[in-house]
Amino acid sequence: MANDLLIKNGRVIDPLNNVNKVADVLIRNGVFAGVGDKFNANGVKVIDATGKFVTPGLIDIHVHFREPGDEEEETIASGSAAAVRGGFTSVVAMPNTDPPIDNATSVEYVHRMARQARKTHVYTMGAITKNRAGEQLSEMGLMRQAGAVGFTDDGSCVQNAAVMSRALKYASMFGDVVVSQHCEEASLAGKGVMNSGYQSTILGLPGLDRLAEEMIIWRDIQLVKKTATPYHVQHVSTAGGIKIIREAKQQGLPVTCEVTPHHLLLTEQCVCDYDTNYKVNPPLRTEDDINALKQAVRDGIVDALASDHAPHLQSEKELEFLAAPFGIASLECAFALYIKALITPGVIDWPQLIAMMTCRPAGIIHINKGSMTAGVQGDVTIFDPNVEYIVDAAQFKSKSRNCPYNGWKVKGKIEYTIVQGEVRYSSE
Amino acid sequence: MKTADKTNFQWTHKHLLGLKDLSAQEIEFILDTAKGFEQISTRSIKKAPPLRGKVVVNLFFEDSTRTRTSFSLAANRLSADVVEFTMKTSSVSKGETLLDTARNLEAMGIDIVVIRHNAGGAPKLLSRSISACVVNAGDGYNEHPTQALLDCYTIRKQLGTLKGKKIAIVGDIAHSRVARSNIWAMTKLGAEVTLVGPPTLMPSAVDKLPVKISYSLDDIIGELDAINMLRIQFERMANNPFPSVREYSHYFGLTVDRMKKARPDMLVMHPGPINRGLEMESEVADGPNSVILDQVTNGIAVRMAVLYLVSQANQIVGQVKS
Repeated sequence: MANDLLIKNGRVIDPLNNVNKVADVLIRNGVFAGVGDKFNANGVKVIDATGKFVTPGLIDIHVHFREPGDEEEETIASGSAAAVRGGFTSVVAMPNTDPPIDNATSVEYVHRMARQARKTHVYTMGAITKNRAGEQLSEMGLMRQAGAVGFTDDGSCVQNAAVMSRALKYASMFGDVVVSQHCEEASLAGKGVMNSGYQSTILGLPGLDRLAEEMIIWRDIQLVKKTATPYHVQHVSTAGGIKIIREAKQQGLPVTCEVTPHHLLLTEQCVCDYDTNYKVNPPLRTEDDINALKQAVRDGIVDALASDHAPHLQSEKELEFLAAPFGIASLECAFALYIKALITPGVIDWPQLIAMMTCRPAGIIHINKGSMTAGVQGDVTIFDPNVEYIVDAAQFKSKSRNCPYNGWKVKGKIEYTIVQGEVRYSSE
Repeated sequence: MKTADKTNFQWTHKHLLGLKDLSAQEIEFILDTAKGFEQISTRSIKKAPPLRGKVVVNLFFEDSTRTRTSFSLAANRLSADVVEFTMKTSSVSKGETLLDTARNLEAMGIDIVVIRHNAGGAPKLLSRSISACVVNAGDGYNEHPTQALLDCYTIRKQLGTLKGKKIAIVGDIAHSRVARSNIWAMTKLGAEVTLVGPPTLMPSAVDKLPVKISYSLDDIIGELDAINMLRIQFERMANNPFPSVREYSHYFGLTVDRMKKARPDMLVMHPGPINRGLEMESEVADGPNSVILDQVTNGIAVRMAVLYLVSQANQIVGQVKS
């Protein structure tokens, strides 16, 4: 069968099943058939993974694929190709397209384009409110039926507390669907383009107050107390925000959060030359914030690592810092960046890292992925943790090159990205 | 007073983007160079040849009268050809990006771009992308280096030095590029700078700047050698940082009454244009302590020095140093 595959002799890390050993992985008919060492697999295609790591396919629950509307920046096809090159077998596209994904037909469109691209699984979230305007609830139920894995107005934050309260209440009737928030209180954020503080002062750029993030996280968590709806904080960037999330988790509230590579690796200091590749929202913060995020990763407070892959045209990023759009395109090097941020300095071990990129994000969006449990779709990522390479944005499959890591020396090379037993990317 | 030894000192910057990254010696060197140019403006033939054959473009994306005129005169007196390029709208709304505009100008063979722009960092962006010299004539609320240079020049001329002098900068610090450039230049030259204004007009993390902060002009005015009154920029006041003009003037206006608490020889400065009766009463602006018009005069010599130095650096160092 075309979708039968035996991956031999790799170090298999399957955190959900507590597997961390050298073993073989068998995929039959596109689904996992077992992890062990005595498979009789005559005639099955074999990948020798000796010396390499074999994990459930990596999942990124926060990417922007720009289609429909901004296809010159990214399409679902180009984004999908970028995803598998980055080792990701499942991604969640954000609904802030033009028009936004705020109805079932749009959700189906995303799925259709993803099927045609035939690279990675592309899931999508639906908008919380119609047209992402923050006023009227969108058709959450119909989008849910069409396959939306959660709701967010990402790019914008639902400002009106009553609307957010209503969204959380309404979503609770679907039981297990997550409502996600880009946490940014608009009046405090103002027209800020970077973290508010000493750096913004000496650069003469309008600052984005960290309280804008913390205040919305706090507000939403109060609302979650009433509804018990699963609530997810996107790209948390501040020590204060993490503290609030930590307390909510200690109270047993259904709150999760994600952290991006840039908030783990870069600080506001990077903006010193007005390089717009460092313009991102939430903005790059400080060393203290990075330390708080890493501590939270170590303590298990951070549930998922997510790239917030945000492709933009070079011509847009060549504008003045005030005028350039927010965003960093990092899908194709994100995995190596997490290694740099978390494994190399010894913040966490490999099973913890892989869990934050497989079973834990799968749990947030409630998909049956992220493990090698028999019967689960046979998505696998094979990488060599010791191979060093230079990030070269010119080689990206993404349509965009707005990547501040261009030229960085990183470690951890994706060798194979396998979706349902089929090799969708190989480094050779 | 000269601390820079001209025989050993080599100016190496082909751009003047700000004063934050310049050394005290470099700032002194500009001021010394300006002193040499000052007398050209008083001759009957107000011209010298150093920039003959060079083209200077005034690329102004914001309204400006004195700065643009001052740069034009400075360039003219050095025998450069001057082109005015004024766009009231931002590059984005115009449909052509800043870089495209600059590349087009460069294709026409310009040597020095003097840029004013509403976005902090725009001159830096330009300097990375074109080979002409870039001189910042004010970018957003980042820096306005030639204004601070002429402020320092004026103080130095009046008081001999900035070292140990007590200087207050009063008003809208948060949105002021003049304040930022002044802070860098004056503190590097040894002055003790105090920022004065309501907390709502102070930038974030202001305590990390190398300055003192005061919310009371009355408390400190008696100690000052010079006071630099910033213009209240209503166009940047969308969020209403103080309740009324009357209340602002009550606490921070430089009135005749308040001048009685000042030392009799305190220099009164203002980058212009003045909102008479708001940050300063007319009697003070036109009074014996005022050096406001000296600032304007000195601005030409300072800008001549800047244009001359960046142009020389471009010739000597070529593309190596920027």
